[in-house]
Amino acid sequence: YTILFWGNKVVHKDQFYLSERQVFGRIQTVTLIPGDGIGPEISTAVMKIFEAAKAPIQWEERNVTAIKGPGGRWMIPPEAKESMNKNKIGLKGPLKTPIAAGHPSMNLLLRKTFDLYANVRPCVSIEGYKTPYTDVDLVTIRENTEGEYSGIEHLIVDGVVQSIKLITEDASRRIAEYAFEYARNNQRTSVTAVHKANIMRMSDGLFLRKCREVAENFKDVKFTEMYLDTVCLNMVQDPSHFDVLVMPNLYGDILSDLCAGLIGGLGVTPSGNIGANGVAIFESVHGTAPDIAGKDLANPTALLLSAVMMLRHMGLHGHAKKIETACFDTIRDEKVLTKDLGGNAKCSEFTADICRRVQDMD
Amino acid sequence: MHTTVMMAALTKALKPILGRHLGNTAKGQIIPPPAKYGGRHTVALIPGDGIGPELLNHVRELFRFSCVPVDFEVVHVNSSSTSEDDINNAIMAIRRNGVALKGNIETNHTMPPNHKSRNNLLRTSLDLFANMMHCQSLPGVQTRHKNIDIIIIRENTEGEYSSLEHESVPGVVESLKIITRNNSLRIADYAFKLAREKGRRRVTAVHKANIMKLADGLFLQCCKEVASGYPDIEFDSMIVDNTTMQLVSKPQQFDVMLMPNLYGNVVSNVCAGLVGGPGLVPGANYGRDYAVFETATRNTGKSIANRNIANPTAMLLASCLMLDHLKLHDYANMIRGAILTTMNETRLHTADIGGQGTTSEVVQSIMRIIQSGGPLTTEI
Repeated sequence: YTILFWGNKVVHKDQFYLSERQVFGRIQTVTLIPGDGIGPEISTAVMKIFEAAKAPIQWEERNVTAIKGPGGRWMIPPEAKESMNKNKIGLKGPLKTPIAAGHPSMNLLLRKTFDLYANVRPCVSIEGYKTPYTDVDLVTIRENTEGEYSGIEHLIVDGVVQSIKLITEDASRRIAEYAFEYARNNQRTSVTAVHKANIMRMSDGLFLRKCREVAENFKDVKFTEMYLDTVCLNMVQDPSHFDVLVMPNLYGDILSDLCAGLIGGLGVTPSGNIGANGVAIFESVHGTAPDIAGKDLANPTALLLSAVMMLRHMGLHGHAKKIETACFDTIRDEKVLTKDLGGNAKCSEFTADICRRVQDMD
Repeated sequence: MHTTVMMAALTKALKPILGRHLGNTAKGQIIPPPAKYGGRHTVALIPGDGIGPELLNHVRELFRFSCVPVDFEVVHVNSSSTSEDDINNAIMAIRRNGVALKGNIETNHTMPPNHKSRNNLLRTSLDLFANMMHCQSLPGVQTRHKNIDIIIIRENTEGEYSSLEHESVPGVVESLKIITRNNSLRIADYAFKLAREKGRRRVTAVHKANIMKLADGLFLQCCKEVASGYPDIEFDSMIVDNTTMQLVSKPQQFDVMLMPNLYGNVVSNVCAGLVGGPGLVPGANYGRDYAVFETATRNTGKSIANRNIANPTAMLLASCLMLDHLKLHDYANMIRGAILTTMNETRLHTADIGGQGTTSEVVQSIMRIIQSGGPLTTEI
């Protein structure tokens, strides 16, 4: 028999996976940012599961703690930036924002550095993790650069503050295009623009106009518009009506967290940030949980599902399906669950169970 | 570039400080006396669009049947006309009567920006600064969450709804969110007074001050200042995205919630959805001198208009709130009791809460309960 080289390992020909479109030897490198608190342990868990699934991913670990660059401006370390620009795909754990460090939020810095304009959060009900809502299957796509979070505020007179919400044509068109392309690539049937144009006529009106224009080029995807309050009202009564939602920054923030709450919270919600120039960073959106850091109690589900999202983004659908199914099976079985999911297993046990299921699938 | 914007914001901010009287006499208007003749009150009625007219007809029918001493002055507002005469007439009627009951007036958002939302115009002209909504789980309605009892107080005049927008460069639109110290103190004061009056334990301020540091920061600071004057009531704050997440998982933890305009819109709709939908919750808008009552989620309901399937509960409960405001407590309690009996005991529900009753059947049932329990009424 033939001996092949897969990366730097020697494997038997029959063990070689030909199920992917990837030509053999093509392992993709992904920048891994473990983060703080429980970040390192959940990153290790994800790496273990990926190894068990034999995913063609090689990890490059980097640290993104802000440093002061020349000129006094805070920036992310050049090695991290270089690595991201080279690999284009990143996976990030939770980052803490120290209060007195003087530098802005790390997430904000990353967003600005790589122009991460779209935040995508697919929310699917997890069987086995009971919430009052059982039939959620929607995606929120949020414009991430402007809108209400532009940070432009002024004190006009003592006691009167004005905060500016900025909506531009380019950003609105870009996010609308991404939303429709996402819908097309992931076999979603409709895209709904969420707005408040009855009150904010010009700004949300501009956003809506751009969405309508882009919808013209994507006739295979149904386009609807809905007021923010109507969406909120209907979402808590019957979330099955919604498919893909696209919206400006603030509404996106509120709605994506609302949808995360419907499926069980930030501990099980994946999230991806898409940037210009093909950069994409997938992350877990929960906090660093310093009280359980280092105690092997963390739940790696959020980071794992984000990593699965990443695999899908890279076209590795087979591996993505395998890992996702294993994860959902473990949760549905309810035998080995971490504390926040209602069980009392350790993180390593949970991870081991998923790895076992992944390996059994082969 | 910013001077005109600043002036607009300045005028807006100083209006409540200058006071209604100064503002009015400056324009040469006389303030009419409140309308109460011969023991009967007159209330302005604005039918609005969609399901508004039919529901308000039911309210009138019910009031006539129960011999409630309230007369309605009906003012129609045509939502498709571009002139502001209609809405100004309505505002004048409300100034004359002091109290109004209204349906939602539709806003066509494809019209140009100078065509403002009529509802918003009404709220800001009359300075109805507080929107109050009481969400309670009703035992007869099937919902995913039980035992919800939240009072939501929302600042009604400023914030993101200032309608101050401009296109500084083609393709770039700026919309201003104004937060003033006076309005924030005023709404916080209202919230704490109401909490104390109703015996509530805790007030939660909802904000996004980690991102909008100056604007929501000012709001939060004002709330904290007012809270220090009410040591018997606990005060805490929560960021709006966390709030929505908590609301869909554990809504029972909230007591009284206080927030600026836009977050109020989101949170009130989420809460209305949690207790059973837009057809069940009434809302009230209070100003210093006026009060306007309507459904809490302000839906026009175009798709269900004139089909006799709309849920009249929200509008009828709003009319009870109005009767309470007019100090006609006996009538208010009688009608409210009949509505809740129909909802919880008779279980006659309309389609939006999973039943098959029509609007008129529900109203008939309420009238029957009032007749069987109470004083002389007219013929059904």
